[in-house]
Amino acid sequence: MSRDLTIPITEEQIMELHVGDAVAISGIATTGRDAAHKYLVDRLIEGKKPLPTEDQRIFDELKQIYRGGAIYHSGPILRNDAGKWSIVSSGPTTSIRDEIYEDKVIAAFGLRVIIGKGGMGPRTLAACKTHRAVYVHGIGGAGVTNARAIVEVLDVFKKEFGLPEALWKIRLDRFPGIVTMDAHGRSLHEELGKDFDERLAALLRGGSEG
Amino acid sequence: MTATVAAMSAKHGEMNVERNWTEILNGPAFGEAIFDLVRRTACELPEDMETALKRAYDEEAPESTARVVLATFLENMALARKKQAPLCQDTGTPLFFINHPVGLSQRAMRRLCEKAVARATQELFLRHNAVDPVTGVNSGNNVGNGFPGVFFEECDDEAISVALILKGGGSENVGRQYSLPDDALNAGRDLEGIRRVVLDAVRRAEGKGCPPGILGICIGGDRGSAYLHSKHQLLRPLGDVNPDPALAALEELILREANTLGIGPLGLGGKATLLGVKIGALHRLPACYFVTVTYMCWENRRRAIRIEADGSCRFIG
Repeated sequence: MSRDLTIPITEEQIMELHVGDAVAISGIATTGRDAAHKYLVDRLIEGKKPLPTEDQRIFDELKQIYRGGAIYHSGPILRNDAGKWSIVSSGPTTSIRDEIYEDKVIAAFGLRVIIGKGGMGPRTLAACKTHRAVYVHGIGGAGVTNARAIVEVLDVFKKEFGLPEALWKIRLDRFPGIVTMDAHGRSLHEELGKDFDERLAALLRGGSEG
Repeated sequence: MTATVAAMSAKHGEMNVERNWTEILNGPAFGEAIFDLVRRTACELPEDMETALKRAYDEEAPESTARVVLATFLENMALARKKQAPLCQDTGTPLFFINHPVGLSQRAMRRLCEKAVARATQELFLRHNAVDPVTGVNSGNNVGNGFPGVFFEECDDEAISVALILKGGGSENVGRQYSLPDDALNAGRDLEGIRRVVLDAVRRAEGKGCPPGILGICIGGDRGSAYLHSKHQLLRPLGDVNPDPALAALEELILREANTLGIGPLGLGGKATLLGVKIGALHRLPACYFVTVTYMCWENRRRAIRIEADGSCRFIG
């Protein structure tokens, strides 16, 4: 059974979550991957103030979307029918590439949920604990089943980054995933990684069977 | 073609075949066949992959995360096929491997591949994936320098065969090349050394390359040829047996051992870490001993077609 989370998500709801919990996320979020994270940090969060009007407008709108909300690491394929965008295929992309940015994004915007795949590192884990957020692992590669849970494309920011790299403002309806990093300081990736290391060490100690 | 060669070909009655091929390359059917190949590779997994994923599902514990994940994979596979939508949003780098008879224009074939991917991009079977690394600008049609990758081999066969791999970025990022001996892994220049570094590569890839994966491995070669040869290995069906018994045994051993690491589907724990291991070998310099690992995700998107001299064509993989 998965727990329903509707954006805006409260601190209390986040604290009830633990690694291994299946969740279904609903509400307005954005996609955002490499170029988007670089822009959020270099330009909006740490950029020279005052910001140019267009950047300030994006910054203000993203603050509203992300407060208690979610960012989804994904570079979707989209259809455009007479000016109206919709999602064709959109699974999660590898999150670790954004490890150098994510803690700053969580702190600056008050995000509650990071959705991606493959897990993230100690900086993001620490930010999840300090700012009450979780990392939700989506089903990698499952572009079509994930697209079913992205019911509407509402807007796009920084389209010039290219369609996969832009920030697409989307409406999620019971988007599925598993909490693998929680706000209590636990990372399933870290814990499983220790098991993998032990098993690998045993295999290498043993030498070849063949 | 020089006049002398043309005269010789004519003498041997090959002129007609050549003229046929030129007509076929220039006609609409060839382009249509390559486009079909791209579309189908993006939307439909080959049968051996489907069978392997179903078996993996059956072997995971009921109620386990691994099983839930594999069930979603199977659902995604069926839905993508039905809707003719790309299985994964990352449709990867298209890599064409073309075997062709003597005398065909490789430039013409490359152009056909470029045209097919541009059209497939427009029709939403491929994502905009070709980015200029200096300016950061996306070409918007999947055509750019070295993009798509097209690799040729002249052969004795009278037909053209075109194999396509769509190689996604997540799995591409976790590929590795080792130079043996490797001190840290205590890996020497022998099969045991190969086993050690390959298991290390699987551990490091963890969930980041979307397991259960398939490994294409090259032993030997130089740094460049080895990566390409490792990708050639991914064209082999999952169920084939390496003709070299030593490599066949090593493939089997690595597959079995990697699946005891517990990494499982998407790295969230489970039995299915790898679905296949394919190893090839290239002669090397005495000073060099590379082991090159290309990681392919659970969506091993590869398909092949065969185009006959009469213009007819069929899928062969």
